[in-house]
Formats: sequence, C-alpha cells, structure tokens
Amino acid sequence: MKKLCFILLLLFTGFCFFPGSSMAAKSGGEFNFIAPYGGDLSSLDPHKTNRTQDYIVILNIHRSLYKWSADAGKPVLALADSVKVSQDRLTYTYALKQNVKFHNGRNMTADDIIWSYQRILTPATASPGVRSIRIIKGADDFESGKATAIQGLKKLDDYTLEITLKNPVEPGFSLYPPEIAILPKEEVEKRGDSFGVDPVGCGPFKFVNWVKGSEVVLEKFAGYYEAGKPYLDKVVYKIMPEAASRDIAFKVKELDATTVGSVNYPEYKGTPAIAKNMIEVAELWTRVVCFNVDYGPFKNKKVRQALNYAINTKLINKKLLKGKAVDPVGYLPPSSPAFGTDSKGYEYNPERAKQLLKEAGYPDGFTFECLGTDNGTWGVKAIEALIPMLKKVGVKVVPVRMEGAAMSARAKSGDFQALIWSLDSGPDPLSALSRWESVNERVSGNYSGYNSAAFDNYLALARVETDDSKKMDLLKKADQTFIEDAPVWFYNYNKAVLAYHPWVHGLQPVAVELMYQDLSSVWVDENSPRK
Amino acid sequence: MTLYVVKRLLQFIPTIFCISLMMFVILNVLPGDATTMSGGMKRQLDAKTAENMKKQLGLDKPLHIRYLHYIKGLVKGDLGKSYLRSESVNDLIAQRLKPTIQVSLAALLIAVGFGIPLGFVSALKQGTWMDTLSMVGAVSGVSIPQFWLGLILMYVFSLLLGWLPPQGYGGGSLVNLIMPAFTLGVGYMALIARTTRAAVIEVLSEDYIRTARSKGLSEWIVNRRHVFGNTMILILTTVGLQFGSLVGQTVIIEKLFSWPGIGSLLVDSIFQRDIPVTQGCVLVIIGVFLIVNLVIDLMYVIIDPRIQYK
Repeated sequence: MKKLCFILLLLFTGFCFFPGSSMAAKSGGEFNFIAPYGGDLSSLDPHKTNRTQDYIVILNIHRSLYKWSADAGKPVLALADSVKVSQDRLTYTYALKQNVKFHNGRNMTADDIIWSYQRILTPATASPGVRSIRIIKGADDFESGKATAIQGLKKLDDYTLEITLKNPVEPGFSLYPPEIAILPKEEVEKRGDSFGVDPVGCGPFKFVNWVKGSEVVLEKFAGYYEAGKPYLDKVVYKIMPEAASRDIAFKVKELDATTVGSVNYPEYKGTPAIAKNMIEVAELWTRVVCFNVDYGPFKNKKVRQALNYAINTKLINKKLLKGKAVDPVGYLPPSSPAFGTDSKGYEYNPERAKQLLKEAGYPDGFTFECLGTDNGTWGVKAIEALIPMLKKVGVKVVPVRMEGAAMSARAKSGDFQALIWSLDSGPDPLSALSRWESVNERVSGNYSGYNSAAFDNYLALARVETDDSKKMDLLKKADQTFIEDAPVWFYNYNKAVLAYHPWVHGLQPVAVELMYQDLSSVWVDENSPRK
Repeated sequence: MTLYVVKRLLQFIPTIFCISLMMFVILNVLPGDATTMSGGMKRQLDAKTAENMKKQLGLDKPLHIRYLHYIKGLVKGDLGKSYLRSESVNDLIAQRLKPTIQVSLAALLIAVGFGIPLGFVSALKQGTWMDTLSMVGAVSGVSIPQFWLGLILMYVFSLLLGWLPPQGYGGGSLVNLIMPAFTLGVGYMALIARTTRAAVIEVLSEDYIRTARSKGLSEWIVNRRHVFGNTMILILTTVGLQFGSLVGQTVIIEKLFSWPGIGSLLVDSIFQRDIPVTQGCVLVIIGVFLIVNLVIDLMYVIIDPRIQYK
C-alpha cells in the first residue's frame, strides 16, 4: 500500500512539475538553448572528444545503444526494442530497432554498432570512450592489436546483436554516454578529420552549421525513428560562457532556457514568474577536498575525520553557495541508486574535532596547503571559507590558487597536501566508487591515494554479484567505509538548475548532467517568439 | 622606399622565429598537457588512454624533434593541427580572423571618429566646460572595465530598450556589431582623445603657430594647415600601436557577446593546452601588429614630407 501511495505521489508530482506533461505536444518552432561551459566546442565527432560542452550538442545529433532516462534514473534502451540477458548475466542479445536511419538515409544495422565500438577501441582514434568498450569480452586483445575483431561482439543478423561481457556488470551504464554513439562508417571515412565539423548521426536533429565560438545550428531530422519526434524544427545552441550575458539573453527571450549559477539563483528563485519554471536536480557530481593520505597529518584517519567535524558544511553551502548545492552525506549523491538513506555523514562538531586532533597527536593543530582553481563553487573561494572554521580547532589552511590544467598535473603526481575539486559520482555507483580503489593510482583519479582493504573488498564482491539489491547493499557499505575513513572533506553535491520560459515543454531533470537535454521530446507552444 | 619595405618585411622573419621558439618552450614546459583534466573536460582519462592519446598527438617525442617538425610546417605556412579540434590551425584561424578584424576596425572607426574631434575641441577650448566635459568622458572611458561596460550596454539596449540583440554574430550584421565594437572602442577612443589633446596643446605653443597667427591667418586656417598636420604623427603612432594590440584584446567582448573571434580561440586553447592553436593565434596576432606598424610607418611619409625612408 505504501509503495502504491508513493508511486501515485510520484506521478502526481511529475504531472505538476514537469513541463508539458499534461498538454499535447505540438510540432514546429525553434529552440534557442545554450552551451555554457568554458569556450567554444571542440569537435562533434563523439568518439574524439572528452568535453561536456561538446556532448550537450552531440547527444542530439547522434544516438548510442542506450540513452539516459531521467524518469527511470538510469540508462534505457535507445536503438534496440528489447534485450535478452543470459542466466550468468554475461551475454546480452539485442533486438535492434529496424527503423533507425542515419541522416544520409541509410538504415542502421548491427554492423554499424560493431564498427563504431571497434573505432572507439582503435588506438589511432585516441577515444576517451575506450573504457566503456573495455567491459566487452576480447576488447583488450583488439585494443592491443592481438585480434582483428572484438570477440564479445557478434552479429546474429542485421538487426540482432549479441554482446558478451567480461564481468556481470550492467552494460547500459557503459554504453549510454554520448561518446559511445553509433556512427555511419561510410560518412566517417569519407569525411576523415572533418567529420568533427560536419557530423552525420542517427539522432533527432541534423547538423546544419557551426559558427565557431558563437553558435551551432541543428534542424529536425524527418527520418528519426521515434514516431512524431522531434517536435522542434530547429535548435540553436548559443555558445555563451558568461553567466551575466546568459542572464540578459534569457530575460530578453533570446534564450528559451538557461542554466542558472549561484550568483543568479537567489534572484531567479525569488521571482515567482521564473521560479515556477525551474528544474532543480542533485547532479551526480560530488565536491570534495581530497586529503593526500601520504602527507604527514593526513596519514592519520582521526585527523581527516576531525576536519570533517570542524567544518560547518551546511553553513558554507547555504551562505557561500546561496543554497545552490545539496548537503553531503557520503561520496554518492541522493540521485545515485546506491545512495545510503541510513548512511551517516559528519555533523558540525568542533569539540569532537578538537578531541580527535588531540588523540591523533595534534592538540595544537597544524598547517596545510590546499590547492584550488578560481571556480566560484569549488575553488579557492570555498577554501577561504574554511579558514575561520579550521582556525577554531587550531588548524591553519593556506589556499593556493592554480590554473586548472596545472593543478591537474600536480594532482596526478601526488605533489600536494590537499586540493579541492568536483568529481563525477555516477551514474553507475560501482564505477564511481572504483575511482577510490587502491589499485587505482592518482593518475586515474584516486587523488587522495585512498587505500582500504575493506573498501576494495566490498567493490570486488559487488563486481561479481548478480543480484541487484545485494550489489547495492555492498556499494552502500563501501560508501559508508569511505565516509568513516574520510580521505576527503565532503563539501556538497551539485544542485543544477535550469530555468525556462513558460512556452517551453518537455525539459527533463537529468541527474547525470542537467545540460544533457534530449531535445527530441522538447516542444514549444504558440506563445514562443520563435514559433 | 621599396627597398625599405622589403628590408622591414625581412626583419619580420627573425622576430617571428624568436617568438615561435620562446612560445614553444614556454608552452611545453607549462604543467599539464592536452590529455590533462582541465576546464570543461568530462572526466579524467585513465593512464592507458592518456598515454595512447599522447602518442597519437606526438607528445611522446622529444621537445627538439617536435620543434623542428613545427618549424618545418611554419616555413611552408602550415601552422599545424589542433590537438583537440578536428581542423588544421590554419582553418581555425581563417574562420576567426574575419570577425576579429571586423570588430577591431569598427572599434577603430568609433575611436578615431570620436576621439580625434573630442581631443581637438578640448585642446582648442582649453579650460572651458567643453574641455572638462570631454576629458571627464575620456578618463571615464579609459577607466571603465570592458566587461562592465558591455553588460551595461546589454542591459540598456537589449533588456530595457530592446533595440539590439544581446549576443551573437548574426553573420556579421551591423546590429550585432554595434555593442561589441562600442565596448571595445570606448577605451581606445578615450586614449586617442587624450593623446590628441596633449599633442594639439604642444603644437599650439610652437613658434610657427605664433608666426602664422601674427601673419593674420584666421584661427580656422591656422588649425587646419599648421596644427592638424603636425599633431597627426603622434596621433597616428598611438592609433597604430593601439590597433595592433586591439586584435589581441578582443577576448572579453568575444566571451561576453559570443563573438566568434580569435581572442576566445586563443584563451580556450591555452586552458586546454592545445599548443598548436595557441602558437598559431599568437603568431597571427603578432603578424597583424607588425604589419599595422609597418603601414603606419609608411603613412608618416604621406603626412610629413620631411620623413623619407631609404
């Protein structure tokens, strides 16, 4: 009964909050959206880029075997109608959709998937997507040149594909990201390098034009496989790295929807006309200060715990970030399927912090340097907020401002005492937590140098566990171990916010990255100035 | 004259060579490379992938080999291939150069068109309210941060009045050009106004002006024949030097107005450690600077017949 009430409540909130769910979708019109991160896009070849800015556009030109479902909170099938899973959860047989067309009019078949995965794995492509394909059996041999085909990829017929995995992991998490898109071989080969500036995919929109540093224009692909979709005739991504310009462009209705930063958040939230058209989501990004566990005081777990107790995290999130952040518990955020609802994080307790420091042999505190970029949310500003709090327990933190790539180089080499960063913590909780496995070096993201046999063991068990709920329990335990060992200060999870005009319908609360909006379901009504 | 131009052009070669070497060394010793986690990157590459990427980009080769390779290309006019973008640096720059030159020329027009008259008026009406007003304007123009001015313009002309589009290139249309050009040109205009004022005041105190006036020439003729010509050298030097550096200063307005120029390409490439693009952009900006200054030097001959190049 409780479950039923919960589902009804969810449905009700869905109807109330998600734009357009109670109205019939209408076709036509243009949609002006943004690409807000950093500067210009780098490439629209999904296999050759590692930038969020590019993926925002790519996921509407191209399609992967799976896609992210905001409703389900996990990847769902995109290019296949159904999948049969073997008993040992190692072999997946996909019945591919037979009406998927590339923008050049050709039908997509199993060969295209096999070719695309091979291209990603080919060293000459230098694709950041390789680790996703490495879950498939025989990927290593293909990558190292020992085999000419990936053993675990088998075409049964044009529209039936069998994928055999190395371990019983959920393949959706690896095969949904935009960088694992399926491309038409002939177009890629014909265009060569220029495929990145003139892409052909099988997504809802066709590429039209890219004015470098200014905008990317896409138009509706009439042959898209989902009947009636996409609704929009044209999509323009404005490349706008400046929050202040976005704010004005949104207010003059030049933009149909925009991302909201912490500077504008209180104003947008306080303006009823805008506030009712906002989507807020706890993104799968965890902001932390990584303590280098090889550095003097941080070798001791009690010191790391003490710092977590000494900092009034909720106050920083409320005052510094103006509430545009979700208070932390552990590494995994609430949108993660392995988020432990009964997990316990650290409360603000300076007395406990002093006690722990005393027990660790630092009754008078110590001094440490913390590196950070000039990022407004997870940069030096946040470290500066810690100074007075840590001073109360005798610890002195010295913020060191660094440029991103330079800091990254120091993070990888382990040449630091502490540093602040925003790290991806999903959507697959297993791969998110595996960052902190002891076999993972700093160069692969274990910046703290965390090393715990108990944590490693939980992950090893989860990796081979075939029962989903048992797997989640193991991951929850791993996260709890991580909390107790405190190799980081848990700062917050990103609260991403998207504001849109009342004529926009169908935007989704995408927890992996709110800007990853699948525009095939978005439509605008007659009040749009571009309809 | 032709010999002089050829000589000057030949002097460009060692300059460009020295700059390319300096830049290559500096950019390559900076911590981090194109495979390092940096702004905008989705996630850290694992060690194996990063190593492979370095190999594909040729970053595993020794520094001197990479430099030789780069210089070989440069001699042929090939600036190399971007590490992250799917295009050659030549293509990337070619696409961005036109908007940069467009906005810089428009800013120059605004700066010269308003700056020189303002400077003249304020020098000729020294000490009057007109002088005070135009110099207050000039000092404010120099002091106003471009970013702030751009936002204020956007706020007034886009949000309040709705006359101009808040951002975008619009295929280089005039309505899209006005705000970026004005934002870029105001500081420049103020500088020209102040330089003009100082130059005119100096010339006005010269003996030949007193002579001209004592001959009974009207103020208009004195100003037109004697003052204007003699102040032009100094004004032209300022205009030239400033215009050369203007091309490299467009980054703020480019980011603010989504203007597709070379400045934002340069800044993005630095943060992304896309070294060939950074090198290409800097060389082009320096090239523009050198050429503009050569043109200005040649214009001296037209303005002042006493100057001759041999």
